[in-house]
Amino acid sequence: MVSRPTANDKVVNPVNSPKLSPLEWLRWIWRQLTSMSTALILLLMLAAAAIPGSLVSQRSADPNGVTKFFKENPTLAPILDAFQLFDVYTSAWFSAIYILLFISLIGCVLPRTKVHFEAMRSAPVRTPSNLRRMPAFAEFKSTKPDVLSRAEALLKKKHYRVSVQTDAQGNPESVSAERGYLRETGNLVFHFALIGVLLAVGIGGGQSFSGQRVLVEGETFVNNLSGYDSLSPGTFFKAEQLVPLTLTLDRFEADFYFDKENPESKGSPTDFRAFVTAKIGSDGKPQKSLIRVNEPLELPGAKVYLTGNGYAPIITIRDAEGAVAFSGPTPYLPQDANYTSLGVIKVPDAKPDQFGIVSFFYPTVGELSTGALTSLFPQAALPLLTMNVYVGDLGLDGGDPKNVFALNTHGLKQVAGGKSGVKGIQLEVGQVQELPNNMGTISFDGIKRYASLDVDYNPGAGWVLVFALLALAGVTVSLLVPRRRVWVRKTEQGYEVAALARGDDPSLENVIEEIGKILKKKDKK
Amino acid sequence: MNQILNPELAQISLIFIYASMALYTIAFLAFATHLSQLASDKKAVRQSASRLEKFGIWAMVPAVAVHGVGVVLRGISASRVPWSNMYEFSITGAFIVSLIFLIAMYVKDTRLVATFVSGFTLLVLGTATTAFYVGVKTLPPALQDYWLVIHVIVAVLATAFFNIAAALSVAYLLKTSTWFKTNKGTFTVRVNRILAMFPKAPKLEKLSYRFNIIGFILWSFTLIAGAIWAEKAWHRYWGWDTKEVWTFIIWTIYAGYLHANATRGWSGKRSAWLALIGFAAIIFNFTIVNLYFKGLHVYSGL
Ligand code: HEM
Repeated sequence: MVSRPTANDKVVNPVNSPKLSPLEWLRWIWRQLTSMSTALILLLMLAAAAIPGSLVSQRSADPNGVTKFFKENPTLAPILDAFQLFDVYTSAWFSAIYILLFISLIGCVLPRTKVHFEAMRSAPVRTPSNLRRMPAFAEFKSTKPDVLSRAEALLKKKHYRVSVQTDAQGNPESVSAERGYLRETGNLVFHFALIGVLLAVGIGGGQSFSGQRVLVEGETFVNNLSGYDSLSPGTFFKAEQLVPLTLTLDRFEADFYFDKENPESKGSPTDFRAFVTAKIGSDGKPQKSLIRVNEPLELPGAKVYLTGNGYAPIITIRDAEGAVAFSGPTPYLPQDANYTSLGVIKVPDAKPDQFGIVSFFYPTVGELSTGALTSLFPQAALPLLTMNVYVGDLGLDGGDPKNVFALNTHGLKQVAGGKSGVKGIQLEVGQVQELPNNMGTISFDGIKRYASLDVDYNPGAGWVLVFALLALAGVTVSLLVPRRRVWVRKTEQGYEVAALARGDDPSLENVIEEIGKILKKKDKK
Repeated sequence: MNQILNPELAQISLIFIYASMALYTIAFLAFATHLSQLASDKKAVRQSASRLEKFGIWAMVPAVAVHGVGVVLRGISASRVPWSNMYEFSITGAFIVSLIFLIAMYVKDTRLVATFVSGFTLLVLGTATTAFYVGVKTLPPALQDYWLVIHVIVAVLATAFFNIAAALSVAYLLKTSTWFKTNKGTFTVRVNRILAMFPKAPKLEKLSYRFNIIGFILWSFTLIAGAIWAEKAWHRYWGWDTKEVWTFIIWTIYAGYLHANATRGWSGKRSAWLALIGFAAIIFNFTIVNLYFKGLHVYSGL
């Protein structure tokens, strides 16, 4: 123990505080860290530290927003990045606050558990000498001798822990009782459960895995690392954890609202349905299932979610020599609520020259007053493809991954559409057209839909839920169960009843009234 | 699945909401005048005040009834629960607050806060009809889930409890303010006369605490329910989406408030201020975050 400076010390030695040994220093720091006011300050700091993450786009929640911010604020962005403001919730400063908070939590809760455990096994504290000083106090007149034994029985019936104190001669003198131990139990369960939540989030997150895949109707996906378009594995994730699985998208359906009477909601989505066939295990039987937005497909050790959808026009391109240079459905990225969609086609194998196409797809084409095309409804009622064609080196040979939804037109020559002087290509379903400069032909053969699927594996989630519910139960008990001590003492004229609450207790006054009255009523019999 | 919308019924619902606003206005004016009479320097004026209060209550009862019809019609017009965009949260939340107030008045004498409740409801409905109004719309697939019913209604309830607690904390802070007690301006003297009718400061502090603990339990549930739903609809239970961030911030501030009540030197005024900061964060979360922050929770419908 660090000796507390007394008033005397201060007079003799007003400037120098007593010298502390290193061990005493450590103890002092520990005591500060685990004090209630430190916990409070750390909690408020945690709340404040979470704010910037809602003001600045975060890499985890909105990576495109971060990229955009870097483009728009080239000087400011690196400065913010240096302070980890794009990764607030994994930043050193945010982590420091919650780690300190949890160290403080452990240091606070362990000793309290010990104290509570001992309190639960020992008798309630003796009746204090002056009951009048208690927050709730009442006196009753009575001449009956058996008040204390009746009080003992009554309090026991009310689930108090009771002990009877006697005077020097061994005659009962007073009863002391305590109830609501569950309040402290709940509080401790709550704080321990918070540690559980943190551990489950951390450990579970490390083993987690999230992979994205765009699947066109008819396509099959095999669950291995190369089967994904993008993936974010946790730190300890191993590829062996992926369950053997193949998944085929048989059909995708989407419903959009349409009612002439109510144009305001026209085109808003009302349902998406992905019909899939899954084969689980190396020799699994095919199982048909339906994935919807709030209904993921549950597999052993993973869930498959429907996170997006769009159109994939089927396009065939033949080069100048008549060879098929490109063929198949190409996923287009929806740009607005009516699924005006942007697609990019790269034809590296075309002879004599490589070319690329930037294309728009309009499921239900219409014209704006400016003459520009637009889509009027998300369903493919009047589909049209438009295309601008660029010739030149597509830069695909470098080997580094390229965004399939973007074409870097730098260094390419536009030969159709825009300012090229040649009209852009327009195709309806079933049409074939010549490409400019005798580059070949292009045809629009049909339309498929695609689904963006997300395969998620998060073994910690169940534990997080268990601990979170435990915390909720603990805090509810802790806040609502009153803990109080009640004393009954025999006096010469009758008896005194007093009560003291630990924490909030809405019914403290009523309790002594009630106990007093019951004892009184029995008195009269 | 096709959803059936009935825009005409939504129009009728809006008319009911407007009608209830007219009635709330009458009630509010009556209560406010009553309060200013109570604060009057003349004794005769103070004694004749109770008639106005009765009149206010007579306007408040039909106001809540008409308001309730408006909320129910809104739900029927969209064939779902009436709380899936900001306009709908607002009218439903204000209705719950007013209803709790009427019931509470029946159980216990809570007339003193009538001015506050009627004024607050009027303000919420006014903002809802002018700034947040949207016609009935379909429910996007992500919101089509029973968690919408549970998660949102518990959040609205938690907000209602925090709201009442915040009002009590304001009364507590005014009552314990030494400046307010010693200042002899006519306005402060009048406010003090009204404050004198409120429960004593320790009682106000306790009442506020009790509303806040219920609010905190409900808010903790909202947070967990939101995470469960997010795991279903967005493939992860927590992703620091802006709305998730603010739910966390609010929860942490109120956890701080509960600690403050048990920390020497922090209970009383400081913890009352924390409760107010917590409530300010809730208002911020509902208005600024919904309208201007980007994130997955884009359901203002605006
Ligand atoms: C993650 C950090 C923490 C959170 C979120 C948190 C939250 C809470 C909440 C909500 C309560 C009120 C409900 C109840 O009594 O069970 C509470 C009470 C309490 N906490 Fe914490 N706490 C944290 C850390 C700590 C730490 C570090 C300490 C010790 C220094 C501590 C000590 C206490 C004590 C003693 C109470 C009881 C107060 C009373 O008697 O009313 N807590 N905490």
